[in-house]
Amino acid sequence: MKLVRDTWLIFQRQFLLLVRQPVWLFVGVFQPVMYLLLFAPLLKPALSYLGVTTNAEAYRIFVPGLLVLLAIFGGLFQGFGLIAELRAGVIERSRVTPISRLALLLGRSLRDVVSLIAQAVIITLLALAFGLSVYILDLLLTYLMLALIALMTSALSYGIALVVKSEDALAPLMNTIAQPVLLLSGILLPLASAPGWLQAIADWNPFSWAVDGARALFAGDLGNDAVWQGLGIMAVITVLAVTWAAREFARSVR
Amino acid sequence: MIETRGLRKSFRSRQGREQRTVDAVRGVDLVVREGEIFGFLGPNGAGKTTTLRMLATLIEPDGGEATVAGANLRTEPGEVRRRIGYVAQGGSTWDESTAREELVLQARMYGIGKAEAQRRATRALAAFQLTEYADRKCKTYSGGQRRRVDIALGIIHEPKVVFLDEPTTGLDPQSRAHMWDEIRRLRAEGMTIFITTHYLDEADALCDRIAIMDHGEIVAEGTPAELKREISGDVVLVSVDGPATAAAKVLEAEPYVNRMETLDGGVRLYVNDGSREMPQILRTLDAAGIMLDSIELHRPSLDDVFLTKTGRSLRES
Repeated sequence: MKLVRDTWLIFQRQFLLLVRQPVWLFVGVFQPVMYLLLFAPLLKPALSYLGVTTNAEAYRIFVPGLLVLLAIFGGLFQGFGLIAELRAGVIERSRVTPISRLALLLGRSLRDVVSLIAQAVIITLLALAFGLSVYILDLLLTYLMLALIALMTSALSYGIALVVKSEDALAPLMNTIAQPVLLLSGILLPLASAPGWLQAIADWNPFSWAVDGARALFAGDLGNDAVWQGLGIMAVITVLAVTWAAREFARSVR
Repeated sequence: MIETRGLRKSFRSRQGREQRTVDAVRGVDLVVREGEIFGFLGPNGAGKTTTLRMLATLIEPDGGEATVAGANLRTEPGEVRRRIGYVAQGGSTWDESTAREELVLQARMYGIGKAEAQRRATRALAAFQLTEYADRKCKTYSGGQRRRVDIALGIIHEPKVVFLDEPTTGLDPQSRAHMWDEIRRLRAEGMTIFITTHYLDEADALCDRIAIMDHGEIVAEGTPAELKREISGDVVLVSVDGPATAAAKVLEAEPYVNRMETLDGGVRLYVNDGSREMPQILRTLDAAGIMLDSIELHRPSLDDVFLTKTGRSLRES
């Protein structure tokens, strides 16, 4: 009960500060929209080997990947805000109160989840206008997947921010994590045509399972094993990431 | 209200390849009584902040025991947190929030309900003369205003003890005097206040009792008056024309000189009663044919205490 109350308290505060700077929504939507407008038209011919013949089919493959990409990157870069809070003394001020340490993390990460879902909804609506079609239940399950990813990556980012305590260290670190994750997840192009060794490596990238799951959902294939596998893997890693990051909040910072 | 025994903390730091252990606090024993302003005086790096952060549950001690506001620091840190307030040196407000929002949030982080938190915020804003700026963003505040918000945040839950880490550092003289008044007001309301400072005049004017800290250890403890009395009597500063050694030689033999230090171009004498001994000093120097440049009498300051205990001046360290 205390955890729920404390989390809600931190979430409210963070959310209020977020909506006060609505520029994030524009920034958060601008890039994916550019992908939709400038990159997606290349896809129909490029994906012809998968039997894609219409724009709608191309979007059905590309949009779920794009949303997962947004969730990964959106989450991984949240740590920067936390470093600013560390520097301002806000974190220390929270840590001398009896507030739950898990709530300090969850309140922030849930704010990130909400802002990600808002972006995802806008992008989905735009893609629908371009000719995408998707079942509502499948879409909601995809959003659940995105929520798990954002929770996980933002928790990781917060945990790492608490350890390194400096933007100068965080930025290259996050880029180093994000780049192979991106390339090995089949986000931009499905890995179906990749050489065997590349596919074998990608199998070890949990996000490639998430992308497969999201694509299966967008294809209306709810019964596909990739759906529960993707959700399951994301859920397990999210629990681990949140547990670790909450411990970093509880640990003494010098 | 606070009692510590053998509180210790060391940090590992890396310099190039070498790992060094820095003993930041090496065995601190102290007692802070209820309702007093207790000052921790010492140069930067003496271990004041580390001790404070240990007592505020922010870092775990490596050794030792402490009771803070009746709760055991090691076994009940949650209880300690509920009973204390802590105001960090570097401030704690968020630029984009208003003072009122910060105060309400802080009260709620201590588990206080929404309506009561709002009432307390309003009351605290009035008490710290912040009502006028209450709904402006913190980034628009002056240094003194921001500091007052910090203190208000630290006491919003009406703690028994409040820790203030260098509350007046960086403030102009007027804001500083204002801050002293605020701190005295908190004492009048029954709070126990533990402050750190490296200003001698602040420790002297504001604190009921002080502990002088140097290199992670407490070197002296008592009321400012007691500590100054410990160096017994007065300080006479004599500057001479020519080498100080000659003056030192003749004065050292005088029976009324309790202690003496040779300075550059003069000597510092610790005597029982300066106004009586000064003529004697003048005669002695005159008889030895030493030309006097100037002679000064002053009551011992906390700096003299620091000097006697550590062998160097606080101003220099």
